[in-house]
Amino acid sequence: MATKLNDAPVGIGSSLSRVDGKLKVTGGARYAAEHPVADLLYGVVVSGAIAKGRVTKLHTEAAMAAPGVVEVVSHLNRPHIAWFDKAYQDQVAPPGSPFRAFYDAEIIYSGQPIALVVGRTFEDARHGASLVQVEYEIDEHETDFERSPEFKPKKTRDTFVEPKNRGDEAGAYAKAEHKVDVSYYLPTEHHNPMEMHATTVQWHGDGRITVYDKTQGSQNVQAYLVGVFGFAKKNVRVLNPYVGGGFGSGLRPQYQVYLATLAAKMLERSVRVVLTRQQMFSFTHRSECRHIIRLGANDDGALQSIYSKAVTPTSRFENYMEPIANWGGQAYRCDNATMDWALTAVDTYTPGDMRAPGAATGMTLFEMALDEMAYETGVDPLALRLTNYSDRDEMMDIPYTSKALREAYQEGAEAFGWSQREAAPRSMRDGSELVGWGMATGIWDAMFQKTTVRAKLSANGHLEVATAGSDIGTGTYTVMTQVAAGALGLPADQVSAVLGDSDLPPSPIEGGSWTAASTGAAVQIACDAVRVKLAKAAAKVDGNPLGGASVDDLRFEDGRMILAADPSKAVGYGEAMTAAGVSEIEATEAAAPGPLESIGEMLGVKKKAKNTHSAIYAEVKVDEELGVVRVTRIVCAVAAGRIVNPKTARSQILGGVVMGIGMALHEETLADHRIGRFMNHNFAEYHIPAHADVLDIDVIFVDEPDSEVSPLGIKGLGEIGIVGTAAAIGNAIFHATGKRVRSLPITIDKLLD
Amino acid sequence: MNRFGYDRPSDVAEAVRDGNARGVRFLAGGSNLVDLMKENVERPVRVVDINRLPLHAIEDHDGGLRIGALATNSETAWDARVEAKYPVLASSILAGASPQLRNVATAGGNLNQRTRCLYFYDNTTACNKREPGTGCSAIGGVNRVNAILGASPSCIATHPSDMCVGLAVLNATVNVTGPLGDRTIPFADYHRLPGEDPSRDNTLKPGELITSIDLPDEDFSGNYTYLKLRDRLSYAFALVSVAVVMRIENGRIAEARIALGGVAHKPWRSKTAEGLLVGEVPSQSAFLAAAHALLEGAQGQGANDFKIGLARRAIVRACRQAADGTPQSQIDKRVA
Amino acid sequence: MPTKLAEPTAQTAERLIDIDLTVNGKAEHFSIAPWVTLLDLLRERLDLTGTKKGCDHGQCGACTVLVDGKRVNSCLTLAVVRDGSEIQTIEGLSSGDTLHPMQQAFIDHDAFQCGYCTPGQICSAIGMLREGKADGRDAIRENMSGNLCRCGAYTNIADAIESVQGREDAR
Repeated sequence: MATKLNDAPVGIGSSLSRVDGKLKVTGGARYAAEHPVADLLYGVVVSGAIAKGRVTKLHTEAAMAAPGVVEVVSHLNRPHIAWFDKAYQDQVAPPGSPFRAFYDAEIIYSGQPIALVVGRTFEDARHGASLVQVEYEIDEHETDFERSPEFKPKKTRDTFVEPKNRGDEAGAYAKAEHKVDVSYYLPTEHHNPMEMHATTVQWHGDGRITVYDKTQGSQNVQAYLVGVFGFAKKNVRVLNPYVGGGFGSGLRPQYQVYLATLAAKMLERSVRVVLTRQQMFSFTHRSECRHIIRLGANDDGALQSIYSKAVTPTSRFENYMEPIANWGGQAYRCDNATMDWALTAVDTYTPGDMRAPGAATGMTLFEMALDEMAYETGVDPLALRLTNYSDRDEMMDIPYTSKALREAYQEGAEAFGWSQREAAPRSMRDGSELVGWGMATGIWDAMFQKTTVRAKLSANGHLEVATAGSDIGTGTYTVMTQVAAGALGLPADQVSAVLGDSDLPPSPIEGGSWTAASTGAAVQIACDAVRVKLAKAAAKVDGNPLGGASVDDLRFEDGRMILAADPSKAVGYGEAMTAAGVSEIEATEAAAPGPLESIGEMLGVKKKAKNTHSAIYAEVKVDEELGVVRVTRIVCAVAAGRIVNPKTARSQILGGVVMGIGMALHEETLADHRIGRFMNHNFAEYHIPAHADVLDIDVIFVDEPDSEVSPLGIKGLGEIGIVGTAAAIGNAIFHATGKRVRSLPITIDKLLD
Repeated sequence: MNRFGYDRPSDVAEAVRDGNARGVRFLAGGSNLVDLMKENVERPVRVVDINRLPLHAIEDHDGGLRIGALATNSETAWDARVEAKYPVLASSILAGASPQLRNVATAGGNLNQRTRCLYFYDNTTACNKREPGTGCSAIGGVNRVNAILGASPSCIATHPSDMCVGLAVLNATVNVTGPLGDRTIPFADYHRLPGEDPSRDNTLKPGELITSIDLPDEDFSGNYTYLKLRDRLSYAFALVSVAVVMRIENGRIAEARIALGGVAHKPWRSKTAEGLLVGEVPSQSAFLAAAHALLEGAQGQGANDFKIGLARRAIVRACRQAADGTPQSQIDKRVA
Repeated sequence: MPTKLAEPTAQTAERLIDIDLTVNGKAEHFSIAPWVTLLDLLRERLDLTGTKKGCDHGQCGACTVLVDGKRVNSCLTLAVVRDGSEIQTIEGLSSGDTLHPMQQAFIDHDAFQCGYCTPGQICSAIGMLREGKADGRDAIRENMSGNLCRCGAYTNIADAIESVQGREDAR
């Protein structure tokens, strides 16, 4: 039976339907390129053809002469932009010198924007762009990261975790009864959110601009535009109320917002720039990775040694790195562990964070190597993980705030039927298909970031909660609505959540799976402050029916304050506000990690580890002869603290799992190193899973109360679903076929003899 | 995309007049031409919109069927007569593209769709098909999708169609009209190998327009299959596909036709291979012999070396499916 | 050295073409250039931005609309070609506050996250039910495969479609 929109009980834990659902199913939600602006010009990007060198001649005459073309913006005629790198370094920029489009004639990666053709219509600009001819001087390039020398930069990203090693790995490995020494590879992946990166800049003519951008952080983009173009902060407003997916591609300001703003400033006009799907392959990406893993274990599968080294490429201009090598060393009990990493520099754009950066790569590849150890020792893969189970973060040697992974293993195994598994590879069949069951562990950080929320209660009982953060499909609007409705005892349709506006109270970028925990806590605190003010206002009501009761003595339900000790005594919110002579009650509050914790984290001294965990079980069916793989069943059991909304939470995990299916079987950006260019730059040849590839997925949330991880006990779910999923599938494929494929994705060719 | 003139003729003669000039392209469903125009790969001076021409019908013809050039893929695949008598064609169509694309893509347009070679699509690279004389970047490049049969030093592109692989085993004929009048082209002669002139995909002469495709009066509905192998389970071009039809009499193969898709500049058939099966009792060894013969001369380009082995297995399996009367479903993704 | 494009030979004079479309039940007249796609016409000239541009090349399905009742990729459709057609977009499915059953099913089953592929998924699902070829879960999956969803809502989308499949008013 169809339920009516949002008639479920609200508050944390309810399965409220997505509050932005109606706008999204009717086409009413507007994304970056969809905000109507008068007298708009359209910009189309001309992309470069070579990997390294410089533009020697830019032929723009034909484009300029084409009907409707207003300007061809390039390094030749751009207005002034900032000189110093600092101006370009956004909140999450890795160390280095950020890319500046049109700064000069230099080409530093293939696909680099060379010019922006601005026209009166999209079609005029598109036509003009087809007429621009570029001549180059070509320098030698290198895009194959395994042919570039390894190095370890002195300065690392703030979020990077240097490995902390223990024991004597080499000695223990030499003595181990069972050894696995393998090299795994993950290819380059591109985020490819469905909405292509786009920006609409509204030029007001009075020094102000309003920027509708596809970004995961309105205030990050605002600060960037202020720094690069010299606008006063008050004159730049960045809006991103709806974001058509991100997965990390919108963490940093990308070149479309830079170009649209540059053109708007130059022409003093409103400008819209939408990248093409091909151009979605011309900026950030998940870096490819070579992961060397060496494991030693004894007969019962107890790990004696772990060696894990990850090598990834970065660009020539920034040093981007992810903590890839550490996860196995953190997750499992083992006295001897060495984790290492290195970068190599290539002539591409800088890689960037993509859904569970570090863990999606490192834990996936480690979990496949660990599966090899299960077969090497003859220990069941689940039993092996339980044998090496640890309640502590083994790398940092600290306890977790909570870790219900054991429960996740168990509940997942039961739902999947793991105990029915035949141990030997190629031992299970269904007609012409080999059946394989594999499993893996997932782990991700449970982070918390300072977030400020403004709560405003109107006399008519309507509550608005607002912050500058974003909902990139993650359900933030819904989470905020639930927490607020719960805090003030209001139905969901009396609450509105407002996001995606740099003018609102500060929020970090939407990433890292920290938004539900952080924004949720800030909403709670702001609403608590409203409750205090309401209670004070209630004292002004004639006869003071609540007797000056403090907030702790009251229940906030159905728009009324009810005296807990005597429920016959109650004051409506409107009544209290009228008595106090106010039309609204407002409170702006920040939720932040405690000061001790902040200092501790700054010094690298954490008392407890904060992580989400998962156990993933996969069933594949593989045509023995042809190598056709079908992922017929996945169970993902997740331990992620308190679940705010089981319905939207489940969707988050489903999404991560589906992207994990893509990582296992489909996704791979193919480079032609001769010309230093990604070649399958479209949705027909860069394969992501389609409907037909996704069969049954079962999501389980195990109970994991945690009063320490964040104020509301929330851990976040945006990323954990992808971590380890590809490993479970790869391990299932080995179980089915006896073929160990150490290079993802596992395409049909790799399963032929 | 460049600017272009636009004509919308209402009869075939007018279309042929409109089309008889350099740089003119006929536009039917647009699913390939508009795509390539957006890539600046196709840059027509004029576009002649032929959608109003009376070429949409699927009609009985000489005991067989005549499929109008403008019949959409969906109309063809779901035509009751096609489903009943030419299910290999329906199956091959339904294995391709997506339902939305099949709702606009036409029979004629399908024959003329162009390669998915990554370099053909990227006009910053050298490509003899796109720009004769510039070289072939796919040789030595990212060539996972490229040809293993019939390629030349000038071009290793493949024809991407599924439908055409089905048409190939049906011995269809292509009816065309043009400035020099009407003619009929046997399907096997419609597409060509790249040789030294890869810019030409087929044997159409300048200004010629496909009017219809004829299917002869033959019934292979009992023993047929279309097996497509690709990088995801739907909505992806073939790495290798195989269409097979057979006539089996008294337990022996009286006639067999096998066509491969995704491996060459045209659907690939071999009289020798098919001849090897005639008179044989359906068996793994007979199928394997045919597969070897069909793949005679196959050569990999590095990243697509696997296609040779994959094609061999796919041929054997498809022959088995056809012989057993258990055609591959395009819905259930388990390989039958 | 990368090749240069052949010098453009296209005529640049713009000859506008008069076309009539019925969009969500409303008659509309346009004088447009032939290179304007139906997708760009809907988004940029009619402000019907519910129809999404996800790839502009027929490779994702986000732009799916119903043309004369059939689902098509509006990005590969030149608007002039559809002169005289009836176009139905996501904006034309609900009447006032009453959602189309497919829209409601998508909300109920949480069949989307970011929402960007959603209008295309919904139009495609309605088009699929009208085609009458999607019998069973496998068939729904195959026949919806022209609509990519990067958020991975596929199983929920299939649930949503299955929940209304038998209803006359869902077509």
